[in-house]
Amino acid sequence: MIYLDANASERPRPEARAALLAAAELAGNPASIHAAGRAARRVLESARETLAAGLGAASSGVVFTSGGTESNALAIAALGAGRRLIAGATEHDAVRAAALTAGGGDVLPVDEAGRADLAALEHLLARGEPSLVCLMLANNETGTIQDVAAAAALCRRAGARLHVDAVQAVGRMTVDLAALGADSLALSGHKFGGPPGAGALLLAGEAALAPLIAGGGQERGRRGGTPALPAIAGMAAAMEAALAALADPARPGHPAALAALRDRVEDAARAAGAVICGAGAARLPNTTSLALPGVPAERQVIALDLEGFAVSAGAACSSGKVTRSHVLEAMGLGELAGQAIRVSLPWSATAAEVEAFTAAYARMAARLGRGAA
Amino acid sequence: MLHMRPTRPIYLDNQATTPCDPRVVEAMLPYFTERFGNPHSAGHALGHEAETAVEAARAEIAALIGADPREIILTSGATEANNLAIKGAARHRRAFGGPARVVTVATEHKCVLESVAALAGEGFETEILPVGADGRLDPDVLRAALAAPTALVSVMAVNNETGVVQDIAAFAAIARAAGALFHTDLAQAGGKIPLDIAAIGADLASLSAHKMYGPKGVGALYVRRRPRVRLAPLFSGGGQERGLRSGTLPVPLIVGFGAACRLAREEMAAESARLAGLRERLFAALDSFIPGLRRNGPAACIPGGLHLTFPAVPALALIAALPELCVSTGSACSSAEIETSYVLRAMGMSNAEAARSLRLCVGRYTSAADVDYAARALCDAHARLAAHDAGATAQVEA
Repeated sequence: MIYLDANASERPRPEARAALLAAAELAGNPASIHAAGRAARRVLESARETLAAGLGAASSGVVFTSGGTESNALAIAALGAGRRLIAGATEHDAVRAAALTAGGGDVLPVDEAGRADLAALEHLLARGEPSLVCLMLANNETGTIQDVAAAAALCRRAGARLHVDAVQAVGRMTVDLAALGADSLALSGHKFGGPPGAGALLLAGEAALAPLIAGGGQERGRRGGTPALPAIAGMAAAMEAALAALADPARPGHPAALAALRDRVEDAARAAGAVICGAGAARLPNTTSLALPGVPAERQVIALDLEGFAVSAGAACSSGKVTRSHVLEAMGLGELAGQAIRVSLPWSATAAEVEAFTAAYARMAARLGRGAA
Repeated sequence: MLHMRPTRPIYLDNQATTPCDPRVVEAMLPYFTERFGNPHSAGHALGHEAETAVEAARAEIAALIGADPREIILTSGATEANNLAIKGAARHRRAFGGPARVVTVATEHKCVLESVAALAGEGFETEILPVGADGRLDPDVLRAALAAPTALVSVMAVNNETGVVQDIAAFAAIARAAGALFHTDLAQAGGKIPLDIAAIGADLASLSAHKMYGPKGVGALYVRRRPRVRLAPLFSGGGQERGLRSGTLPVPLIVGFGAACRLAREEMAAESARLAGLRERLFAALDSFIPGLRRNGPAACIPGGLHLTFPAVPALALIAALPELCVSTGSACSSAEIETSYVLRAMGMSNAEAARSLRLCVGRYTSAADVDYAARALCDAHARLAAHDAGATAQVEA
């Protein structure tokens, strides 16, 4: 099987495995004061420092969670209390659901490439209501990158808070909380090659946070429950490996190399009749959303699966349901919103894998596409 | 005479957490490496394989307590499961016109007490019931507390500090008769004592993997199907776990949890006997050398647990004198706090007695040699520290 569904779950990084196994050997609970507990605590705090250093945050601003969904939920519950929610139209379900239930939030429209309308944001903020804006740094379906720094400037001027879902961005581009100017940042370990079961919420400020999960005082009272130490240790190791790859063109997963492979996919797909969704925007180097007019996305995914390729239609969570992508609909793509597959290259992707995929895609398009009999 | 110091600490704090069983690690490893598919990726083989593994594990978790797999909601641990059960059930009932009142017990885990406190902050009426000196809840006290219409009662099966076992089947029946839902925190019971959730009659029950030689970061909430118990989720998102718990399921952790449950079921009887034997060996050795040693709650306790009050020496001093032993004064969460355990205070212990109390728990990887060393070390340290205190007192008096 050739795996091209990295945005659902990244291929695990070998460094993560080593860290995870080492941490799994530790007997103690990090909250215990004895030797075993202290050894576990050291690993936990070292992981915290790694995340903080890698993402432009202070260690005191790192809250370990079970993953991206919980991190987003915690940010919204804690930072959005008593505030009006403004969420981008292409946000992940986890954020959209919160915006919809929060007693009437606002949706920020996006353009045809998926970029949030910052003029509209300014307009909404001008109402003067205390607000929490939620804007993802990079979209999971199209890879579209938002101008978060510009949004942050608008928010700061208006006294609004900004939460950034960086789940797909971490490990694929520079992510720096301080530089972005946001109030908080959510990330998920398994999206950058760490083990599943751990994520984090990074906080810029020192404000006390009412926890979603109340418990034994862990994470300075912000998130209760014994931390998932092996998964957290694996996440920190994965982050270090991912950041090293970002900086070194010789390493697999370097953005330039991935972008070149992704461009190869797009050239071939276009030649086969596909429309690239979000092509005009700055995007993650590994992601492309390919719409094949007239062919339901599910049919394409199944066909490619039969040929030995793992891709997806829409987000993983919703891939069991036969609905259109809300992301592509928000981009005004109409019918195409139900006819697009997502190809997301893992850090390990090779030219050979991409060549095999483009050939299979062309065959599929010829068989199922508008040109077919 | 003391034998040579062990090369690594002797771990006797199995109620705080347990080491991951190597067989559990082995079961998880493929899912941390080659089989890394997202179980919600329905469209490809790697995703299917992951989903299949999750469902197999879910069945094992269900089998541990005699539940239907559809009644198992996977969470990040027992803390989250407790939060979801208590807040989720109470909020849902209130939203649909039910009573805005919850009842729990003074000796519950912090996460239960804080969940109840959070509900109080949302306008719920809450009642925290006292326990007897033996740490157990009196059924009549519960009955009286349920005279007022109540949404939910929460009572843990086994206390994390003292190991005391509550009669939760009786309490579940009382709750049901009063029209209240019954939740029980099974974190310390799961995998240690046989559990039949139908016989217990609970509506909601929490389980923790890392308390039964499984991985940290995963747990479960049993949610009864017949009659169906409704909950408001703690957070929303992709709608996983029937909408009750959104978020990508961590396949390897779940697989590990399933393996831990299966091992527990298969080995529980033999292991309980071995642990009880070790525990009695430890107690007998301590008891024969330390006059005035008190054992708390021996009658109803999990096989490996031992809660002791020493006659003459503060527990923290003992711990400090024995860096090669891993034991605890209270729950892990609060072990760094200076203040006395609220659980022990609820049992009527004075601050002084509580300060002389230690929690020990032998486990799967505890050997007889470990127990013998620990006993000798504790006796020696106790004698030294008690003599030192007596000497200091004599000096003052001189």
